[in-house]
Order: sequence, then C-alpha cells, then structure tokens
Amino acid sequence: MNGISQMWKNISGLWSLIVGLKITGKYFVCPQVTVHYPRKTVDNLSTFRGPVELVASDNDPTKPKCIVCLQCAGACPSGCLTVAAKPAPKPTAEEIKAKKEAEAKGEKVKKAAPKELGTFRYDFTLCSLCGTCVDTCPVGSLQFSSDAYLASRNKEDFVYDLLARLADQAKGIKSGSSQSKE
Amino acid sequence: MLHTEREYSKLIAGDFYTHHMEPGPDDRTMILNMGPQHPSTHGVLRIVIEIDGEYILRAEPVLGYLHRMQEKMGELKTYLQYMPNMGRVDYLHALAWNWAYVGAVERLGGIEVPERAQYVRVITTELNRISSHLLWWGAFLLDLGAFTPILYAFDDREKILDLLQIPTGSRLTLCYFRPGGVVNDLTKDFIDGLREFIPHMRSRLPMYKGLVTDNIILRKRVEGVGIITEETCRRYGATGPVVRGSGLAYDVRRAEPYSVYDKFDFEIPTDKECDAMGRYNVRVAEIEQSLRIIEQALDAMPDGPHMVKGAPKVKWKAPAGESYFAVEGARGKIGVHVVSDGSNTPYRVKLRAPGFCNMSLFAEVARGVLIADAVAILGSLDLVIPELDR
Repeated sequence: MNGISQMWKNISGLWSLIVGLKITGKYFVCPQVTVHYPRKTVDNLSTFRGPVELVASDNDPTKPKCIVCLQCAGACPSGCLTVAAKPAPKPTAEEIKAKKEAEAKGEKVKKAAPKELGTFRYDFTLCSLCGTCVDTCPVGSLQFSSDAYLASRNKEDFVYDLLARLADQAKGIKSGSSQSKE
Repeated sequence: MLHTEREYSKLIAGDFYTHHMEPGPDDRTMILNMGPQHPSTHGVLRIVIEIDGEYILRAEPVLGYLHRMQEKMGELKTYLQYMPNMGRVDYLHALAWNWAYVGAVERLGGIEVPERAQYVRVITTELNRISSHLLWWGAFLLDLGAFTPILYAFDDREKILDLLQIPTGSRLTLCYFRPGGVVNDLTKDFIDGLREFIPHMRSRLPMYKGLVTDNIILRKRVEGVGIITEETCRRYGATGPVVRGSGLAYDVRRAEPYSVYDKFDFEIPTDKECDAMGRYNVRVAEIEQSLRIIEQALDAMPDGPHMVKGAPKVKWKAPAGESYFAVEGARGKIGVHVVSDGSNTPYRVKLRAPGFCNMSLFAEVARGVLIADAVAILGSLDLVIPELDR
C-alpha cells in the first residue's frame, strides 16, 4: 500500500512540470526585457554616480568653484585626488616697494589674490565612488558625473585631468567621449 | 626514508590542507579539492573532501583566498573613510553592513539619527534584502542545474537595482549610510517606483512557486537533504535563514530591535523541516515579509531632515570607548564591534560575518552525503565568500 501511494505521489508530481512549462511558455512569448547594449542604452543614468568631476563657478564656465582648500584630497580614503594651487605670481620690485610704503604709512595692505587651482588630477582606478570628497567639499565644487560606459586598454586613460575636462565641457565637447588624458 | 610510493606522493602532492587530510589505510578513498574554482562555491571557497565513491566521508573548508584585511583597514582609515569598505564585505546585502557599521559608530559617538533617516534606512535595507534573496534564489537553482530561474530572478532584481540607484547612486557596492543619517533623501521618483514595484513583486511570487518551488525535480533534490538540527545551529552560532530553516525563530530585528523595527508588524518565517528545502522556503517567505515592512515604512515615513545637524566629518574624533551593533542581514546576524581610543581612527574594528558561522557547520553536515547533495547544502547556506574572508 505504501509503495502504491509513493508511486501515485511521483506520478502526480509530474503535473508540476506541466505547470512550470506553462509559465515558461507564457514568458517565451512575452516581449523582451533586456536592452541590447551597443544598439540601445538605458535611460536612467542621471542618478548614477560615475567618476567625480569639477563644478564650474556660476559666472565663468571654464573656472571651477574650487578654493584649493585641499580638504577633498585629505578626505579621500584611497588618495585618488591630487590637488595643487597655481604658484602665486612673484611680486615685482615696484609692488614690493609700494606695499612697504603703504605699510609704513599705516594703510591697509591689499591681501594676496585668492589661490587659483593649478592641477586637479583624479585617479579613477583607485576611486571607490564613496562620495566622501563630494560630501566634504565646502563650496560644492565636486559632483558625480553620469559616465557609465567607460572602457579602455590603457590604465592611464583613467587618470583624469579634471581642469582640462571642465574646459572641454565649457567648450561644449561632450565629456566621456573626449576625456582629457594625462 | 620513504618506504612506499604513497608516502612519497603525499610529500609532493597537495599542500598543508591536503596533507592534513590523512588518506585511509587502503586505496578505497580519495582526497579531492572542491574549489577554489568551483562553480558552486560562488567565489573562491575551497573544500577539501575525502570521498568513497560518490559519498563524502569528510569535508574541510579552507578559507583565505579572498582575504582583504578589511578589519585592519578599519584601523588605518578614519571613521568615515572606512564606509566604502562596508559595501564590499557582503556585496549582495551591502546596506546591512553599512547599517551595522554606522550603528556602531553612532552608538559610540552618541549621535542621534533623524526619524526620517531611520525609515529611509529600513526601506532601502529591506529592498536590498529582497535583491539579495532573489540572487540567491537564482544562483542556488543554477547550482542544482536549473538554468532559467536565474533569468527570472535577475529581471526582478534589475528593477530593485534601478530603484536603489536613485538614492544611492550605485547598483552593487552601495555606500549610502553615514553616521547621523543617509547621503540623499528619497525622491518622489523612488517612492512612486517603489509603490509600483511592491504589487509587481507580489504578483511574481506565485509564478516563482509554480515555476520552481512546486517542481517535483527540485523537491526530490532538496527535500530531506542537509538536515541541520537546531542544536547544531546553536553549537556553531548559525543565524539568519539557516537557523530559521531549522525551526528557531531568531531574528535580530525582533530579538533586539534596532532603529524603528519595533514599529512594524511582520512575521518571522520558520520551517521545521531543517533541510535545504526548509531554508529555501524561509528565504522565499522573507521576500514577502520584507515587502510588508517596506509598505508600512512608506506609509509611516515622516518628513524631516535625512541627516542630523553636526554629523561627523571626515576627521571626526570619536570619544574613547567601545560599542557593538548588530543588524539582521540577508544571511544572518551582522555585528560590528568598534573600539576607540579617542583618535580619529578606530583602535579596532571587528566584523562578525554570519556566513562564517553558517559555513562552519558544513563540515559536519556534509559528512556521509553524496557530492551532488553537498552542492545543494552549500547552496542552501547562501555563502558570500568576501564576507567569510573579510
């Protein structure tokens, strides 16, 4: 008796295969859910956090907002940012003289011009896209780009010069296709 | 002096671990490596097995192929700089690790988290849990030789990843939580998408049942295989679906509720069968429970800031002391123990990975089973190798 019930259980279990095949058949005729990549691309990349890029200041699209405080470079867990200011122009002899005279008179001396960004190198091969630099920047000069399609045979292609990239963007050259390379 | 060919071959073949597995007195048994490159280990787990024909006499898991010194890195990076590591310990349920770590840091620094951020954390973590279970579901069946289910699972998982990308910006190695809140607030896009997704996922669950769960071939393959008794689970410290599949309703969200989990009404699915099918059923039932939690959290989510004012900055110095925070991950209890000496880097970070304990009992459970069943048992434990090795 036990053997018969076991056999019946096995045979009735075969029905589950038909149920499964019915589902397979149903989905076989459904429209495709995948995107054929090179011919089509997805459209939800606006929220994607791709490689970091500089934000242009409000009045000059070629100049970044950056104030060269170097906090981002210190905050990065993997040290992928190299930031340096332009060397300040050496004051000419006349300027020094004028400054000394002004100091002697007790006038207020004009402060040196604010530091200007000289290099902003970003090594994407080290970056883990955690966003610590973006969170840290006090003036909001860093943002994530939405470049998702990155491929190269050269490691050096992923060491970006972000200043040159910003200049390209200001000229209207699409970033991503013409990343300025070191 | 080498007396026999056997002693000689023992010296030149294999490594420390295979030498450790002494061959028997005769040639009936064979020492075999399963992994580190084995499709059913989903990574680089190596299991040295002694087999007699198709039966496993002994199994010895060997770890360390993916060791990345995650704990040591915690001592070298500042509290915030360690965050990206958390997305990489268990890449499938990254947000649970995010939460365990920020929870420990918040407890250490006495940081209050805004109410809204708590709900955002619950919603995103539960969503991440569903995606993790879906991937397990597909990969488990792939191990057992069923190829197509993973494609159905990835279809749904893709929708979750698209949703999670809106607030977090990434799809896999999420780094979304910060001590004191979350990086971005939930947008309307996300909430609308999620409200659409919940009924969609619910409608898919009967399909999964018909396609796979009821399938006689799967049932014959996993029912009664890999019996793990409750007592074994206790001895090894197993948690998560492994212990719940053995009939013990232990869930950190209920046992020691953290954040706002005590406000939600959800069940802890358990299964008394203790076999691979039991663990399967628990995980599938958890998808439904996670959907329930998300629904309630969406309704109850208050307005407000998503980040506390004066949240720690990168060079933040934690007060001296220590803290421990445990959360329920997709694989079990995730615990992070942070010890601070008052400087801006932790003195010690200890990560308690659930997969490590769950894997430890494999050596005992796999004794005397068929190799094909060992694959089913290994799959039913849901191991993520980077988490084991850390």
